[in-house]
Amino acid sequence: MGFLEYAPAPESAAILNLKSEYGLFIDGEFVDGRGEVFDTISPATEEVIASLAQADEKDVDRAVAAARRSYEKVWSRMSGSDRGKYLFRIARLVQERSRELAVAEALDNGKPIRETRDVDVPLVAAWFFYYAGWADKLEYAGLGPNPRSLGVAAQVIPWNFPLLMLAWKIAPALAAGNTVVIKPAETTSLTAMLFAEILQQAELPPGVVNIVTGPGSTGQALVTHGDVNKVAFTGSTGVGRMIARSVAGTSKKLTLELGGKAANIVFDDAPMDQAIEGIVNGIFFNQGHVCCAGSRLLVQENVHDEVIDRLKQRLSTLRMGDPLDKNTDIGAINSAAQLERIRTLSDVGEEEGAERWTADCVIPDKGFWFAPTIFTQVSPAHRIAREEIFGPVLSVITFRTPAEAIAKANNTPYGLSAGIWTEKGSRMLALADQLRAGVIWANTFNRFDPSSPFGGYKESGYGREGGRHGLAAYLESSGWDAAGSSSASRAVTSGAPKTSAPKNSAPKKQRKATQKAVAK
Amino acid sequence: MSRLTVPKTYKLYVGGKFPRSESGRTYEVTTPKGAFLANAAQGSRKDARDAVVAARSAVSGWSGATGYNRGQVLYRIAELLEGRRAQFVDEIVQSEGVSAAGAAVDAAIDVWVWYAGWADKYAQVSGTANPVSGPYFNLSVPEPTGVVAAIAPQQRKGASLLGLAAVVAPVILTGNTVVVVANELAPLSAISLGEVLATSDVPGGVVNILTGSPAEMAPWLAAHADVNALDLAGAGDLEWVDLQIAAAETLTRVLQPEPGIPSPSLDRIGAFVEIKTVWHTKAML
Repeated sequence: MGFLEYAPAPESAAILNLKSEYGLFIDGEFVDGRGEVFDTISPATEEVIASLAQADEKDVDRAVAAARRSYEKVWSRMSGSDRGKYLFRIARLVQERSRELAVAEALDNGKPIRETRDVDVPLVAAWFFYYAGWADKLEYAGLGPNPRSLGVAAQVIPWNFPLLMLAWKIAPALAAGNTVVIKPAETTSLTAMLFAEILQQAELPPGVVNIVTGPGSTGQALVTHGDVNKVAFTGSTGVGRMIARSVAGTSKKLTLELGGKAANIVFDDAPMDQAIEGIVNGIFFNQGHVCCAGSRLLVQENVHDEVIDRLKQRLSTLRMGDPLDKNTDIGAINSAAQLERIRTLSDVGEEEGAERWTADCVIPDKGFWFAPTIFTQVSPAHRIAREEIFGPVLSVITFRTPAEAIAKANNTPYGLSAGIWTEKGSRMLALADQLRAGVIWANTFNRFDPSSPFGGYKESGYGREGGRHGLAAYLESSGWDAAGSSSASRAVTSGAPKTSAPKNSAPKKQRKATQKAVAK
Repeated sequence: MSRLTVPKTYKLYVGGKFPRSESGRTYEVTTPKGAFLANAAQGSRKDARDAVVAARSAVSGWSGATGYNRGQVLYRIAELLEGRRAQFVDEIVQSEGVSAAGAAVDAAIDVWVWYAGWADKYAQVSGTANPVSGPYFNLSVPEPTGVVAAIAPQQRKGASLLGLAAVVAPVILTGNTVVVVANELAPLSAISLGEVLATSDVPGGVVNILTGSPAEMAPWLAAHADVNALDLAGAGDLEWVDLQIAAAETLTRVLQPEPGIPSPSLDRIGAFVEIKTVWHTKAML
């Protein structure tokens, strides 16, 4: 056995107690869907794991009705402290079943067990634990003395962090007093089904959380449903635009967490060991299936060669393969369709004149794989510098001055995240101010925490998830103006009392809006 | 023997200057009873776009100013309004057809004062220090979203000056710049407010005021890719759903119409900011 070769150390899928078939989770029970049953496969082996039900419009209707009922009759009437206790229970159950969840996630998504075990699942528990404590403290959320829940939340989540995105959506929604209908991504619904079992074990009242599986059409039926009060979506900017159009004219509150093309900026005085690790973590974590991935490396010209050499060296030590193997660094690409997109854009990168380097990895015979790839000589006009690839592909661009770095970093319609590597504190703070992105990592990258708000500027979406700000997405402010301001508000109020205006006019405009959105 | 008066030519206020509409068009502003008051510039698509360019170029300077500085500038607007109180009362009485307008002007002044005080405090109440599980110094702070396009309240009575203050002040106090379409029927005090702004140390381009038809200009503003947020406060009678749909194309943030005049509120400030979260490693000794 040579250097860097390891004996396999696989986690066993045998610890899972999976069913061969899963239904929709509506009103506390697993029920059949009306749509065609579909399979979920392991992207590492292409083997079928289980079959899932597909929810059609009527199923979605049923789920929303269940959520509405439990909102009106149970959840909105329950004390905040009891809501919090349910969320604490869920957090604990996730911790208790963490090994199982980590294995199932690695199996179904293709990401390495090292990440599901050390990142995804611990954060899921942390998210529920954090928001559990908010449930009886909403008056401190910064939204006035008596913030109100919205009602039924329609939530659609992506395939890159299936269970974690579910937690990001469900935990704050429930803490704030809303009920939920959530649609996991078509290729990664398995852990949501296990989560449904956890909800049963927690004895969460039926209908508070409903899970509908299916393709994009299921999600569309959900977000355009007339009886939801809130839409939360994480996914591509293209779909985000469609959703923003479809809720136009309605009173539905909308938060969108969309694509990104983050700049990871490395100055010549960066702590280089940490920076190399940070670049690797920034773009190769989770096979680059990360909306906030540091996909554009902006490196100061005078250290370009050193950084690239060290990066190549480091990437050559990464092990690609079985997601369930505890030694694996790089798992499988989630789907054939995503692999195709990564290949296409990488080919375009070569055609447009960028220089390609790919780590020397053994590609398994079955499954969907893409070896870590670096493009140098990239111009900011290249498609690989502008479009989200959502894969393990790094585009390297150089700069000379901080001003140039800022201009290049901001030269994108996206604005989700950015990274800065320098030992000079004053420069780091100045840059953090100038970068137009919702999350900035200074001398670190891809850190997440339930107490830390996450979300984008510009076409990366709006609204925040995490922290106190994440609650605002699921609450209606009771307003500060009455008590807060002086004669100004009195004068204004006497002329025209503030009411929840758009709501009054919404229903008649709403139909029209939906028609228009569909027409487009 | 009465003296012949010198009427004012009312123009647009864009980039700190008072241009006529590039289209050369004007429209008649009248009293509610139909008596002629003035010819106002009828802003066009091109004027709206020019205003967005002016607003964009003012963003970096204005958002880079300190909160204390912006607060003083907003307060200065209130001071100058107070000094020209009589003029504004006259204009409102004439164009809105009301018998007295002192309270409306006072209310507008107070709105400016209320928001002025927030400029160096808003970050303190909307920002957070986040206790993350790890060795990181982690702060979330509000930043201006950029260029905001706004439709001022359009009702004939009570809105011409106060309505403008109620939409413009919460937008600019955090460092945004604004393109606002004034009250169509009663635009005179909006342009006179431009004169106040031009002499209140508000940098050119921070507030751009268009007069004319909101129905004509709003679609171009809503669909403009360089507009970050859209305040539809006064768009209730327009086809505002279409405007919101157009804004979705570039994920422009949208605040839906309100009846009446928006009350001063933190929510309005918050509708036009982005929360930025910065993680600083503190584990590298």
